[in-house]
Amino acid sequence: MTYLVPLVVLLPLLGAAAALILGKQPGVQRIVTIGVLSIVVAVSGVLLVVVDSSGPLVMEVGGWAAPFGIVLVVDRLAALMLVISAIVLLAVLVFSVGQGLADGDNETPVSIYHPTYLILATGVFTAFVAGDLFNLYVGFEILLVASYVLITLGGTEPRIRAGVTYIVVSLVSSLLFLASIAMIYGALGTVNIAQISLRMNDLPVDVQIILHVMLLVAFGIKAAVFPLSFWLPDSYPTAPAPVTAVFAGLLTKVGVYAIIRAETVIFPGPELNPALMVLALLTMVIGVLGAVAQADIKRLLSFTLVSHIGYMILGVALGTAAGTSAAIFYIVHHIVVQTTLFLAAGLIERQGGSTSINKLGGLLAASPVIAVLFFVPALNLGGIPPFSGFIGKLALFEASAQQGTVLAHILIGAGALVSLLTLYALMRVWNMAFWRPADDVEGYESTLLKNVSEAPNAAATQPTRTTPRIMTAVTAAMVVVSLALTVFAGPLFAVSSRAGENLEGPSYYIDIVFPGGRDD
Amino acid sequence: MSVSIVLVVVMALLYACAVYLMLERSMTRVLLGFLLAGNATNLLILIMAGEAGLAPIVGNGVAAEDMADPLPQALILTAIVITFAVSAFLMALIYRSWRLARADDVEDDADDVAMRAGMARLLGEQAAASSDTEFGTRAQAAVSSARDLEEQDGPAAAESADSGWTEPETGRAR
Repeated sequence: MTYLVPLVVLLPLLGAAAALILGKQPGVQRIVTIGVLSIVVAVSGVLLVVVDSSGPLVMEVGGWAAPFGIVLVVDRLAALMLVISAIVLLAVLVFSVGQGLADGDNETPVSIYHPTYLILATGVFTAFVAGDLFNLYVGFEILLVASYVLITLGGTEPRIRAGVTYIVVSLVSSLLFLASIAMIYGALGTVNIAQISLRMNDLPVDVQIILHVMLLVAFGIKAAVFPLSFWLPDSYPTAPAPVTAVFAGLLTKVGVYAIIRAETVIFPGPELNPALMVLALLTMVIGVLGAVAQADIKRLLSFTLVSHIGYMILGVALGTAAGTSAAIFYIVHHIVVQTTLFLAAGLIERQGGSTSINKLGGLLAASPVIAVLFFVPALNLGGIPPFSGFIGKLALFEASAQQGTVLAHILIGAGALVSLLTLYALMRVWNMAFWRPADDVEGYESTLLKNVSEAPNAAATQPTRTTPRIMTAVTAAMVVVSLALTVFAGPLFAVSSRAGENLEGPSYYIDIVFPGGRDD
Repeated sequence: MSVSIVLVVVMALLYACAVYLMLERSMTRVLLGFLLAGNATNLLILIMAGEAGLAPIVGNGVAAEDMADPLPQALILTAIVITFAVSAFLMALIYRSWRLARADDVEDDADDVAMRAGMARLLGEQAAASSDTEFGTRAQAAVSSARDLEEQDGPAAAESADSGWTEPETGRAR
């Protein structure tokens, strides 16, 4: 079954080429793009089943054995991430096709959107299957360059301004990542992740910590870990709704995925775990405080995104199998729920003509469907039982309690507080945008709105456009997926537990890359 | 592993200039800084390859110890290609920014400006007079004068600020 592994990278890449050639025929282009991503969903689904039942798959590219050739590794963690990101990518693509059809892009097609989107998918999938640090870098670069194009799509002034921040920050992080690869190669003479892990123990501890910190800074910028998260709320909200949704769902999680690999395979030691726990605490608290102060729904969601990255970092920083399992479950839950919320925000923008809660009102009466589609994932993100957000947080808190240090207990308290504040921020959106009558909007006075700051360039758009059925249907489908995560939380948590156990110590990963023994 | 001190000094100089340039307001300088930093990183990879040597071709009668390490060179080639593509994109971005605002400066973040105004209101008028960036109001001035230019050019400029999903290129002949 190893031949399935390169397909997840090859299919979107070839699809992107085909979509680029078909730029003049938007209809065919849409079919190709959706078709390719549907096949990838199927392939990654098969990969997850195969990997979970009969062990990990390792593909030696070009037939060169591990330390010499490049390996693509799909273990349980990678397979799980592949499945969930393929589903989210497909859903958001269909959403944007629906939006494009409604807005009449037959006359003014942005013909590069579909190829770029597939290249973004290629980058994400490459990063997940990379068994080689430099291949991981290339995966990051592929997805970043595609994201540069998507975030400045249309080339309007606010997007160029937001794009410059995003691009320059990402460039710096890429250079840092490349420099750390250079230093790791200089110290160890290899870029194969398994071999790096084997040789790392021979290095002096202080050199290990330097390399560790450099890699963590590079990944931390991508994952938006405080204090490296400043760029995210500035750049994400200006992009088109589907682009923001897919960025929020996937790109930061690729960074978190890289952090998990770094913490479990490359640097399994506990030296930096307390520091990471403090960073997780700050990310959670400062992110959610930013969310509480926002009036614009997209900016508010961007801040909650930063805040919830903290939960995942907490799980990784615990350094136990239980913590890693909980973090993996939380990533899966968060990818789905955060994407759904951004899609719902896109629907709100079309229906209400704005994403500012100061200007919205009466949406519950105007569009009860959108109200439900926003309310369910909002409760889920806030961690209300029985939703998957509650299960994920409970698992994280349980793992922290097992670890038992004072810091871990402080983080449990902070995590509970942060989920309450998330709920507060989202329920304020609910109260203002959906619950209050539309004719109350002018001159409305409320303590809930006293201290919120309006987003820059928050000009109202025309609310007269109808919401296409495809967009609503896709958002509904994503809500159903998030509910499925709750219903099937048992099997899913079992898979992520097994993935977490595989990541306890680097030996499992090393053994699958070097099946014939570790002749270093 | 012995390294050439010249390479290390050049790398350090490139990094220093790159950091200086990337902290500037002008996007063209940021681009130049990025190019320098990319080259400095490539040099770092080259330094990490160890001593220079002969071409690593097996069967030429060259002993393995005399060969150069080929892997870092492959890494550098990949990095050069990526840097090239990204700088092409950055130049397009700079050109677009110049078309829109007649300035290639990175603007103050609108949220920061709003927050600064709010702080000034809290602290009294004297805080409003002093700008808290070393660039002062220079960048803002450049942009506002650009507005005047656009208005002279025609009415199309203001419309392009709207963030529509699929809007046509505002390619106006000049």
